[in-house]
Amino acid sequence: MLEELETLYTEALAKLEQVENTAVLETWYHDTLGRKGAVYLLTRQVGQMDPAIRPAFGKRLNEVKNDLQAAYDGRLAALKTAELEAAIASSALDVTLPGRPLPTGGLHIVTQTLRDIYRIFGDMGFQVYRSPDVETDAYNFELLNFPPHHPAREMQDSFYTTKPDVILRTHTSAGQIRAMQAYYPEPVRVILPGMCYRNEQITTRSSIQFTQVEGLAVGHNISMADLKGTLTEFARRMFGAGRQTRFRASYFPFTEPSAEMDITCFLCESKGCQVCKYTGWLEILGSGMVHPTVLRNGGYDPGVYTGFAFGMGPERIAMLKYGIDDIRQFWGNDLRFLQQF
Amino acid sequence: MQVPLSWLKDFVTIDRPVAEVDRILTNAGLEVKTIEYIGIPGADLVWDRDLIVLGHILQVEQHPNADKLVLATVDYGADAPEVVVTGAPNLFEFVGQGDISSRGLYSPLALEGAELYDGHKDGRVKMKLKGRPLRGIHNRCMVCSEKELGISDEHEGIILMVKDQWLPDYQAGTPMQDVLGDAVLEIDIIPNIARCASMLGVAREYAALTNQPLRLPDYHVVMDGPPVEGKVVITTDKPELNPRFVGMVIHNVRQIDSPYWMQYRLRLAGQRPINVVVDISNYVMLEMGQPNHTFDYDFLRQRADQYAPDGPIHIHTRLPQPGEMLTTLDEKVHKLPPHAILVTDPLSNLSLGGIMGGLDSEIKPETQNVLLEAAAWNFINIRRTANALGIHSDAAFRFSRGVHPSQALLGAKRAAELMRRLAGGTVAQGIVDYYPNPPQAATVKLAYDYARRLSGLDLSGEAMADLLRRLEFAVTVHEDHLLATVPDHRLDIEGPHDLVEEICRVYGYDNIPNTILSDPLPPQRGNPKLEQEERIKDVLVQAGLQELITFRLTSPMYEAKLLPGSEGDAWPYVALTNPNSAERAVMRHSLLASVLEIAAHNSRYQERIAIFEIGPIFIEDEEEILPTEQTRLSLALTGQRGVPGWQGNNAGQYDFFDLKGILETLFGELHVPVNYEAAQHPSYRPGRTARLLLNGQQIGVMGELHPLVTERLDLHIERDQPVLAADIDLDALIPHIPPYYQYAPISPYPPIEEDLAVVVDVGITAVTVEEIIRRAGGPLLKDVRLFDVYEGEQIGKGKRSLAYHLTFQATDKTLNDKAVAKQRQRIIATLAQRLNARIRE
Ligand SMILES: [Zn+2]
Repeated sequence: MLEELETLYTEALAKLEQVENTAVLETWYHDTLGRKGAVYLLTRQVGQMDPAIRPAFGKRLNEVKNDLQAAYDGRLAALKTAELEAAIASSALDVTLPGRPLPTGGLHIVTQTLRDIYRIFGDMGFQVYRSPDVETDAYNFELLNFPPHHPAREMQDSFYTTKPDVILRTHTSAGQIRAMQAYYPEPVRVILPGMCYRNEQITTRSSIQFTQVEGLAVGHNISMADLKGTLTEFARRMFGAGRQTRFRASYFPFTEPSAEMDITCFLCESKGCQVCKYTGWLEILGSGMVHPTVLRNGGYDPGVYTGFAFGMGPERIAMLKYGIDDIRQFWGNDLRFLQQF
Repeated sequence: MQVPLSWLKDFVTIDRPVAEVDRILTNAGLEVKTIEYIGIPGADLVWDRDLIVLGHILQVEQHPNADKLVLATVDYGADAPEVVVTGAPNLFEFVGQGDISSRGLYSPLALEGAELYDGHKDGRVKMKLKGRPLRGIHNRCMVCSEKELGISDEHEGIILMVKDQWLPDYQAGTPMQDVLGDAVLEIDIIPNIARCASMLGVAREYAALTNQPLRLPDYHVVMDGPPVEGKVVITTDKPELNPRFVGMVIHNVRQIDSPYWMQYRLRLAGQRPINVVVDISNYVMLEMGQPNHTFDYDFLRQRADQYAPDGPIHIHTRLPQPGEMLTTLDEKVHKLPPHAILVTDPLSNLSLGGIMGGLDSEIKPETQNVLLEAAAWNFINIRRTANALGIHSDAAFRFSRGVHPSQALLGAKRAAELMRRLAGGTVAQGIVDYYPNPPQAATVKLAYDYARRLSGLDLSGEAMADLLRRLEFAVTVHEDHLLATVPDHRLDIEGPHDLVEEICRVYGYDNIPNTILSDPLPPQRGNPKLEQEERIKDVLVQAGLQELITFRLTSPMYEAKLLPGSEGDAWPYVALTNPNSAERAVMRHSLLASVLEIAAHNSRYQERIAIFEIGPIFIEDEEEILPTEQTRLSLALTGQRGVPGWQGNNAGQYDFFDLKGILETLFGELHVPVNYEAAQHPSYRPGRTARLLLNGQQIGVMGELHPLVTERLDLHIERDQPVLAADIDLDALIPHIPPYYQYAPISPYPPIEEDLAVVVDVGITAVTVEEIIRRAGGPLLKDVRLFDVYEGEQIGKGKRSLAYHLTFQATDKTLNDKAVAKQRQRIIATLAQRLNARIRE
């Protein structure tokens, strides 16, 4: 019996050596250590055994069983590791293959730019006020201190409608008086975004429709220094903390003093490039102290109130930031353009 | 306006670098757009200070071996003069005249080694001057043409300047950089600096900004001709349109070429030299800003012989008679608008006042006697007339921006004196000056407190006064205010705010501090409607749609494409009287049409189109001045659901239920209970159209576009490819978006899930079935999800099976099967009773 056990032991170990995958290993286990395996069959014979050798045999049987179990466990672990390694090795991907494309949406670049403007001015207490696209000549011009035939009107070629004195607004400044009338007698701090229209040749630089954001602050003690500080703050948040601003005297009928704000060119760091026309400066917005006539037309006594106003073009800002060279792209809405932003 | 720096230097000292001059002027509102450099550093060709110098021509002799060459002896400041071989035709007249040094003829002389442009090559090709023999005579220098120095393309002759009292006292050998070298500033003249539309105007500004004295031109005129008295009278009907008219007569002018310096300056300033009389007229306009006009005096006199043989020439300004015509000196015939002011005599009109001379009365080559006009005109009227006639002359440019009447007399005197000196004329004694109502110089009161509040500058009254005095205001300082009298060249100062601008400009905008708003913050109300619109955009972007912003101008014809079988909708349009094109002639009625226009464009390039826009439409309102502007949301989907990758695109094509899913997601996010109901709409395919109902009110329409519509839209899509679209009224939707809502608690108890397939008649809508299930299921029925729709023989003709996945769950206990079975039975029974439904096992 003992020899039989030893033979079983030796042969089982030898077989185990040969096992090359977990499936064969399971067969080995079934045949050797399983419920009806060889070791079990020997165990069943212990009862009919000579009692004298029974303890020694039993002891050896247990040893063999434990050894085989341990050998099995070891083999199983080794095979599993090998199989996993093989599986990993055979399943390597070319990680440079493109990912699965997602159908994505996006906001129009002008909306994105407007939101930047809303956020920055919102932080300074400016709320969004909107006014109509189709305006009266009074709100667009007269109340803003543009008399009929005034030279400044020529700077803005209006679209006229079949209704007398009704035009498409040429600038969002048209909303200034409306905002003042809505807020009076409270102080005013608003930005007025919107679509504007001018009867111009459609070129890479000009369009018959464009967006503008006007800003207006009216209060008791608002100065040119506040205008400069507020707009410089905006410029740094919009274009980077390192930007310097320059204010140049300019002319708008509805502000006095008037100023254009330039920022140091962020494309060339003011060394001079094609975009800044080698001046190192980029023109960003027009601004000024609200003209007393305009304050009065809005209901505010210019002897008591002062204010500032400014206006900028989101398309120009986006064109500068992203190097867009054709303003027609904005309303062309080619998805190949829009989806880049 | 082109402003040569050298010209400004007549009136003010400029010792700062050009870049600094640029900065000073630009910051003060005289924006320098570009700078063109001539001969000085910054130019493409810099004239070497040692090698390109002023030469004095002493003698000109024929070249012994060549007919077409001469030998010019030139003093250039060295110990001995240089003999130069040249073929310059404008030297030939001096051959054989011996010593001509007393004639003061000067020319630029380039010495060996100088870099120049090659006069014989096209364009601007640089070359280095090398000495070489020319027909046997060694030549190492060159007298230069304008082309060789890069001044112009002129290479016919050399530059020949006659030294007279006008040419500064330069010596032979002076570097040409100092003689003709220049920087020409292109300055943008905005409306409120019309006073700067001249060299003197810019110089005056520069003098103020740099706190230097201004040197005015010499307005003295020597009048020693016969008296003008009794020879010319001037009157007007319209002093408000023509407040001043100054006339002077100059006899015996010679229409020769103007001196080189004047031609040179005119060309730098962008004017083409003609002859000395015309050039003087232009020169005075450019120099001090007063346009003026020269009439042929003898022509006027001959006409006067017809209407007043013994009387004076009668110049009269008036408005045109009906139908009156005028031929301007550019030979164009104009029909005159009723507001055009004319210079006339009793026979007919002579010129278009302030804009352009008439052809007949214009000076001619043989004219010897000139009537010089310098007048003042109402700027708005000049603008209207010039625009109406489409004439954009230099005179109209200035008069339409405003020239103060005080300048007319100065301009006339300056031009007359130049004609005396440069054209050999004799100025008649006396000036005819029609100036019925000279305006009082305006005095403006400025309170210091207001100035400080507006500017943010803490300046004393004296400091403010000093800044204004630099601009030639006469200022008196008082305790809390100053009084500033406006100088007579300015028309733009109306009130104290104008003075504050002048104070800020001269003080320097850059020197004003930057402060943050310290005024109280106004009440913060936000803009709730805009915030909701932006939220809707975000949801749609998350759903994979691209936002558009389209043209709001369109044409009724384009919009009618969406309404087959009709000419368009019944609403009136906001229509333009001056559209840019027929395609953009009215404000749109349909945002969806705008979105579909973009879909059509993109269909050429895109397999997948999923787009939307939020924007206004415009309905003309006959009762109100302004139209109604309504806010719409329009969506369009067509093409592939997925984006093709290398693993293929098997997601299929967008259909009705993709659009519906997007809308359900949107309204779910907004927490508005929108219902869908089968509907009819001419834009949409019958049977695949739904209207959107919110609390019983229609807020929009969605569906598959009618095949007749897609056909008309020029969409590049497959045959039968559906185009899905929706058009929603946000003004109706947004007020219903709740500001907040209740959340649904998550039950810790396990749900019991069951499937239920209901067979009903085909006509019964899914929403009806689902509603009955939900009602009958009671509060334990947490969720109902349709997972299969089947029609087929297995269930019989005219029947449809709808399979639902039901989730039962209680929030307070674990449900047992018995409780669920009871609910299920109730659902089945109700369906059977209400819809005659049976359950498919
Ligand atoms: Zn740059």
